[in-house]
Amino acid sequence: MTAPTVLAAPRPVATRSRPSPPEQRKVSLRTRWRRDRSLIIMTVPAVLLLAVFAYVPMAGNIVAWQDYSPYIGILDSPFIAWDNFARVLTSPAFLHAVQNTLVITGFQLVFYFPLPIILALLLNSVLTPAIRTTIQSIVYLPHFFSWVLVVTVFQQMFGGAGLVNQIMTQNGWGSFDLMTNPDTFLVLITSQAVWKDAGWGIIIFLAALATVDPALYEASVVDGASRWRRMWHISLPALRPVVILLLILRLGDALTVGFEQLILQRGAVGAQVSEVIDTFVYYQGVINGDWGFATAAGLMKGVISLLLVLGANKLAHLFGEAGVYQKS
Amino acid sequence: MIMRPTAGTRTPRRSKHRPVWQEKPTVVGSIVKAITLTIICLAVLFPLYTVVLTSLSTQPTITEAGGLVIVPGEVTFAAYRQILAGGIVTRATMVSVGVTAVGTLLSTTVSVMCAYGLSRPSSLLHRPILFVLIITMFFSAGMIPTYLLVSGLGLIDNYLSLILPGAVSAFNVLILRNFFMGIDPAITEAARIDGAGDWRILATIAMPMSKAVVAVVALFYGVGYWNAFFNAMLYINDNAKWPLQLVLRSYVLQGVTLPGSGIGQVDVATGAVTGLPVKMAVMVLAVMPILLIYPFVQRHFTKGVIFGAVKG
Repeated sequence: MTAPTVLAAPRPVATRSRPSPPEQRKVSLRTRWRRDRSLIIMTVPAVLLLAVFAYVPMAGNIVAWQDYSPYIGILDSPFIAWDNFARVLTSPAFLHAVQNTLVITGFQLVFYFPLPIILALLLNSVLTPAIRTTIQSIVYLPHFFSWVLVVTVFQQMFGGAGLVNQIMTQNGWGSFDLMTNPDTFLVLITSQAVWKDAGWGIIIFLAALATVDPALYEASVVDGASRWRRMWHISLPALRPVVILLLILRLGDALTVGFEQLILQRGAVGAQVSEVIDTFVYYQGVINGDWGFATAAGLMKGVISLLLVLGANKLAHLFGEAGVYQKS
Repeated sequence: MIMRPTAGTRTPRRSKHRPVWQEKPTVVGSIVKAITLTIICLAVLFPLYTVVLTSLSTQPTITEAGGLVIVPGEVTFAAYRQILAGGIVTRATMVSVGVTAVGTLLSTTVSVMCAYGLSRPSSLLHRPILFVLIITMFFSAGMIPTYLLVSGLGLIDNYLSLILPGAVSAFNVLILRNFFMGIDPAITEAARIDGAGDWRILATIAMPMSKAVVAVVALFYGVGYWNAFFNAMLYINDNAKWPLQLVLRSYVLQGVTLPGSGIGQVDVATGAVTGLPVKMAVMVLAVMPILLIYPFVQRHFTKGVIFGAVKG
């Protein structure tokens, strides 16, 4: 209790990774508490909110091992070991949802992911600052629209009562309804994602391009590099760490595909093409009341996503990139 | 082709934004670039234009156009008068405004405090608290357990269910923390010597110095609250308490008839949907606050947001 105690480092992690400066090693715990208590108090509301609304539900995943019924409650619902997980893994509907999820992720990786990079390179080549910032503010804007609004806008443009159909029928070119056609659903949701977020996606690439030393370009011009060679040898390598970072995050989110976007359109286009893991969890749990089953499906998704992020990050380190986080 | 070998001299024809070493853009290249960028901007702006225009058009104009209006005709505010005269849309707007205002204030305050509390790397318990925060970014509890918790707490049909579960975003806290950590320690040290405590330093030094990034984080939270519809779909069963996005979904996207408002009703004589301007007006209403606030915050984006843009 007394004494100028300890190395004041309760966590081995702290000492190993970031050794405190020598003068702080002598500071006692009590002095540190007196010095830092306002800082700790400041974090209390956030920690409490997270404890209740993030950590308690994490523990609530115990429902996945129960035959849960809301009338009996978590404490008294019978344990049924791994039954829910077994049911999930043998459910054709779930496997179909997983397949849809992966198809959507794969499709968007090819047709969505590169667009912000191209757009950023294009915008970066616009020389007049006024034009560039105007375009930036325009393309960032849809990112701040809600999914309800984005889907409604698409409905008004491409739906059965939409503008395109209106023009086509007026001219006798037949009818057109993109919103309820399952065959083109992948294209539809990808276009929506592009319209909403591709513009916003360029912000990080533009920032990376802005850090490139102009002397590099200048020197390469002296060496006779053309516009395209400069892009290939200077601009693109400058973007590489960011691209890898985003790929990692995307991989970690591979099982998460536009939940709000899809649930809004599931009714119009049908579950066959629009059911993904998240919507499956919602319908099985909240709508059908099969709580344990839905929780098991959601939990598996959460754990696999976590493993994917950690794995992808490891991979990035192997390739010598910084990744999302590093062991300090 | 005029090339001046001496660097720094300006030929009168060179654009003042083009570096000396860069070659003059080719005509074809410039045209292709201009056309591409124009198309991109139009793709964003044109749908907004027709939606706003239709919401302001009279029924004859809409009937003549056969639906959405592209060429401006007669202008009327009738649709807005109708939805703002009380009733479901008015009430939903008030709910959304209330939830957004309270939620944004709460989230921003809590996040700023937490971020400042974690901004001194050597402080007591700093690492474990940071760890608690970061875990939530990598692993989320899942929809069902969160739903069971919220309903277990008796928050169904309570507006708090739209605010509390997502009140703290670890990403936003880290953006703020990054910024606070960038403040020169000499400044805060000086304040401390003058007798200021951490609360006072936060309020009078750290906050004012980080106004831009706090504004951006507040915008992120505000937009999140304003745009959310799924949490309301989960937690708000009573449709008298629905926020605007949920009303937009039901009455505009799904075309459910809105009692007494004319939305979704078909005019027997012409076959045209008479509620179209009203529908469009609801859409405009749903995007209005964002359009109003966006220009003021937009210029700060690149400042502290790069980090957040990864996920946001």
